[in-house]
Amino acid sequence: MNSPRTFLLLLFGLLILCFGLAADLQPRFQTLERQRHQSDNFFSLLLGDSRRMFANSFFVKADEYYHSGFYPTIFDNNAAFKTTHIAEDTGAITSHNQGGDEASFMGGPRDWLDAFGRHFIPNRHTHLDAGGAEDNLGGSDEVREILPWLKLSARLDPDNIQTYTVTAYWLRLRLNKVAEAEQVLREGLRNNPRSPEILFELGRLYSESEHDTNRARNVWRLGARYWRELDPQSQTNDPVPFEQLATHLGRLEDDAGNWAQAIDWFQAAQTVSPTPAALAELINGVKVKMTTPTNAPAAPPR
Amino acid sequence: MKNIFAVAGVVIKELYRRKDFYVLFILTVLICLVMASVNVFNDKQIVRYLKELCLLLIWISSLVIAITTTARQIPAEREQRTLLPLLAKPLTRTQLIFGKFLGCWLACGLVLVCFYTFFGALAGSRDHAWPLLNYFQAAFLHWIMLGVVVAMTLLGSLVFAAPSSNSTICFVIVMTMLTVGRYLNAVALAQSEPFRSIIYGFYFAVPHLEIPFEMRNLIVHDWPLIGWTFVGLDALYLLAYAAAFLVAACLVFRRKPVN
Repeated sequence: MNSPRTFLLLLFGLLILCFGLAADLQPRFQTLERQRHQSDNFFSLLLGDSRRMFANSFFVKADEYYHSGFYPTIFDNNAAFKTTHIAEDTGAITSHNQGGDEASFMGGPRDWLDAFGRHFIPNRHTHLDAGGAEDNLGGSDEVREILPWLKLSARLDPDNIQTYTVTAYWLRLRLNKVAEAEQVLREGLRNNPRSPEILFELGRLYSESEHDTNRARNVWRLGARYWRELDPQSQTNDPVPFEQLATHLGRLEDDAGNWAQAIDWFQAAQTVSPTPAALAELINGVKVKMTTPTNAPAAPPR
Repeated sequence: MKNIFAVAGVVIKELYRRKDFYVLFILTVLICLVMASVNVFNDKQIVRYLKELCLLLIWISSLVIAITTTARQIPAEREQRTLLPLLAKPLTRTQLIFGKFLGCWLACGLVLVCFYTFFGALAGSRDHAWPLLNYFQAAFLHWIMLGVVVAMTLLGSLVFAAPSSNSTICFVIVMTMLTVGRYLNAVALAQSEPFRSIIYGFYFAVPHLEIPFEMRNLIVHDWPLIGWTFVGLDALYLLAYAAAFLVAACLVFRRKPVN
């Protein structure tokens, strides 16, 4: 049993086993490695899919900061907070807040201890951009305090489009940080390359902050194209991005004097809009301009 | 009183000989400084997330120090066989309990002074505001609340067999109160009788330690100062519970064999 031949045979057997295992495992590790590079996200490796839950919590945390800590818990009536106010105030999403009083979600005090305890917690509805807890309107840029949570939320869930659009909105419109807002949207676009919502917000940034209407037009048209390429079910579920894209494109063409194109975009927006009458007024307005002779030459269509 | 202060002095000396406080303080400082170095959209004035994190770490550290320091006081005296010689001196059992309580409580106060000084410096360096009265209110009620925790742990150290079990039970009770204490009445109202009355009775019976804990939100979000009357009433409310636990501890210790 202890002869050198037995040891040699054992060694040879072990070598074959090692080679077989290596040949079997190598492709699997390569696949794993590729997946790891694809995700390229520390949090996704650490938390897996549960990171989305944390991302949502941090997004809500940002909304809590927006209200200076005056925010409902699971024990309170949160009907007025179903959609976060930081997202609602951007005007880019449909609100799901079902009435409810946002200022008195706690209801009346249930007992003397409850009434006493309320002196030690935030007890008034405020928004950071409206002065916050101190009612100091000079300090409206305090809204910056929501940014760390939004940044963390985007890191945890890079596929959540709303985080990028909301962050960019507050950065650009309330804090005048246009470059940072563009950076956020570009990052969002890298993670979600065919998102009409992000393209819409990027177009707004070019149009409203940089006054670069050509880039805005291109970005919005791309967004509209991507939305039209969605399957019908997705289009029906979320028509808001296309309505916004088409309306903004219509306005842009109207301002540029490309009235025929403006009418086309407004009509396209009408197909998905919940308020087609308002768009009909815009169309009539453009038609009036078309029939009224002016001395100013129309801008060439691009 | 002299005896009580003598015992308390020994407890305070023990705190600065041990490494618990230094480790927790350095950890808090390090974590806060690392978080402060994070660049959030090139804005150097963002401070509230940092204040929240720092206050949370201060609360955790202070609770760890309060519970672990108090839980080992009497069992250590018993293990080292110093309890009998100590009581052979002109020192009553009640004085020993009060001395231990006062020592642990004052030690917690010293710890809080260090932590809140760091917190004030950190917050002030970012938002260039010094709401010292708000910080004083928060630190003061925090300290009073730790008095309840110290008294409760002292009572636990006489009831439970080992410091580890006492610490664990006290941690669980304190954490439960801090997280759900305020909502026990809402939970009670959602139940049917007799659970409603039982839970509501429990809600009124337990000390509401979460009141000072939830003041953190006022500090973090720069809410105005709380009325001093309410601060005083809350302090009295908490001190009453601390006194009740201390009296219970004295009664238990009087019947407890020293060996």
